[in-house]
Amino acid sequence: MSLLEIKDLHASVEGHEILKGVNLTINPGEVHSIMGPNGSGKSTLAQVLARRETYEVTGGEILYQGKNLLEMKPEEAACEGIFMAFQYPVEIPGISNAYFLRSAINAVRKYRGEDEMDAMDFLPLFRENLKLLEMDEKLMNRSVNEGFSGGEKKRNEILQLAMLQPKLAILDETDSGLDIDALRIVANGVNALRSPERSMLVITHYQRLLNYIVPDFIHVLVDGQIARSGGPELAQELEETGYGWAESETQQALPA
Amino acid sequence: MRLMGMATAIQSKNYLEAFNDLEPQRQASEPLWLSQLRNEAWSVFSSNGFPTTRDEDWRFTSLAPLTRTAFRRAAANETADIGPYRFDGAACRLVFIDGRFAPALSDASTLPAGLEISSLAHALKEKAEGVEQHLGRYVDIRRDAFSALNTALWEDGAYIRIARGAHLEQPIHLLFLSVTGETPTMTHPRSLIVAGQASQAAIIEDYVSTGDGAAFSNSVTELVAGDDSNISHYLVERENYNSFNVSTLRLEQARGANVSSHSLLLGGGLVRNNVHPLLNGPGADCLINGLFVGAGRQHLDNYMLVEHASPNCSSRQFYNGILDQHARGVFHGRIVVHKDAQKTDAKQTNRNLLLSDDARVDTKPQLEIRADDVKCTHGATIGRIEDEPLFYLRSRGLDETSARNLLLYAFAAECLDRMKEQPSRNFVEKLIQQRLLEIASAAQPVPSEPAQSAPGAEEDA
Repeated sequence: MSLLEIKDLHASVEGHEILKGVNLTINPGEVHSIMGPNGSGKSTLAQVLARRETYEVTGGEILYQGKNLLEMKPEEAACEGIFMAFQYPVEIPGISNAYFLRSAINAVRKYRGEDEMDAMDFLPLFRENLKLLEMDEKLMNRSVNEGFSGGEKKRNEILQLAMLQPKLAILDETDSGLDIDALRIVANGVNALRSPERSMLVITHYQRLLNYIVPDFIHVLVDGQIARSGGPELAQELEETGYGWAESETQQALPA
Repeated sequence: MRLMGMATAIQSKNYLEAFNDLEPQRQASEPLWLSQLRNEAWSVFSSNGFPTTRDEDWRFTSLAPLTRTAFRRAAANETADIGPYRFDGAACRLVFIDGRFAPALSDASTLPAGLEISSLAHALKEKAEGVEQHLGRYVDIRRDAFSALNTALWEDGAYIRIARGAHLEQPIHLLFLSVTGETPTMTHPRSLIVAGQASQAAIIEDYVSTGDGAAFSNSVTELVAGDDSNISHYLVERENYNSFNVSTLRLEQARGANVSSHSLLLGGGLVRNNVHPLLNGPGADCLINGLFVGAGRQHLDNYMLVEHASPNCSSRQFYNGILDQHARGVFHGRIVVHKDAQKTDAKQTNRNLLLSDDARVDTKPQLEIRADDVKCTHGATIGRIEDEPLFYLRSRGLDETSARNLLLYAFAAECLDRMKEQPSRNFVEKLIQQRLLEIASAAQPVPSEPAQSAPGAEEDA
């Protein structure tokens, strides 16, 4: 069974239709990348998958592990194993990172009928992942993302990913605003988390990230539809030609 | 209007009745100075009556629900179940039921060195001079009707003396319990706390009620902080929604005295929390920290009067409010800097979270500065729980109630972080968590319309 099946998905934000019939299937362990110009609907797709309520689904369906994802609340999707790394991670003053992480882990475990994770199990895993992302443990006693640099925020997203061990990880423009060093650290972290049990959907505007995280499949999203799909070599082609061709191609494909 | 006038007259009659009831007691056992003080207070109260919203200090709080309710002195009631309100980390505990001392429920058997504690009525018999030296010297009965009423009608309260240099490790717990029933009852607890030079202590005044009937607690505490003392005072209001509570804390701070006032308004229907420090010696320092959490039709009014009378003093006011459903909050922060109080450093911040469209907060800074070399700042914010952090937390697996609860807690934690002394902090933290979880899960039923005698949010007619 495929992990995720998106069929003819239509979605609107504030009455504007953004996704106009997206079809995509992701199997366990596969890494897919969605590329495309600004405004093509990449982030909308990520937000719909994470079940953000401000994004209204107007047609189509999404099956996740055979279940109707569109009936799930954000927390249910999370507990079922969907994780979205935010393009703009949110600052939450007054809640420490460490407390937040433990709360999240235990919420997921509770949903699955498992016991809470105690400090003995939490700490070694936590330290290992901090090391993976080259993060200072001191950051963890600070409020969630408060006063973090852009790079620290993105690394913190991947740290959460590493701690929560999702089945489907969605990276929403995780590369935006990162310098080359931070990009390398984030990509190393993500690559370390690739496994036959974990699928990924890497959303990016630029081909740069895909030099580090090499996907199995690339899809080009243009004006709310997937205009082209291919293997990793598609990234290079897009780098050389840009998105102009894709735009004209969809326009040609549309009925006059 | 005629009806209102009549109602007020009837209610005044009840206070007069209470004053007359206490006459034999005054005659029999009270020193002359106190009888005179009480008579003076009574005459001030009976000629001025209760303030109205035309009074600047009461602009946002209508006392109509209070003035139209006929409160009576409670019958003597010596026992109650205090189990749910016990605080095991306290050095000692005095319990007052309906304003009267309950020795059987109190625990002052082993006291730390340097602490003298008893009921005020007892102290008046045994240590009249110590009481006379301070009682009534600090509250202004001419300015404040509730202090006048309290002075005329108080029956008991706590008397605490902390010896010079004594350091109390654990807090003193004062539990004021109202047993409510069909007849609305009133109590006027009066406490006196005298902290010696360089002493250190924490006192928790805790107001609770059993039953869901109406009760009116009108308390006054005078706290005298000696030179270089370090005192924390906690007010915990957790009475039922039909309660009326007016608490007045008057702080008198000598040279270098460092006092923290922490107010936690979690319960009550119509609540007025008066905190009035007078920084009356150079280098005195005052922290006024508060959290008010309201739902239903709770009306929680915080009136701060911070008076700088000496040079080189600093005061910090931080109040955070969380209001849901139809609750209303008030923060009135008045700072008065006297002519000689140069190098005053006064700061005031009030932050509010409104969780529903019907919740409301009125916030009013008021600065009166008569010195020229001072630093005074004030600021207020009103916000809501934003969708972004809520979604962020939910996207990590926390359900909506837990996510809201966590965000409320984060907002309240600012107040907790200012409580430097651990046993008291742990005690109030649990109460806050409990209250926030109720708010986050919206377990509170919303009353459709206020009952005739219900306290709480109301406009003046």
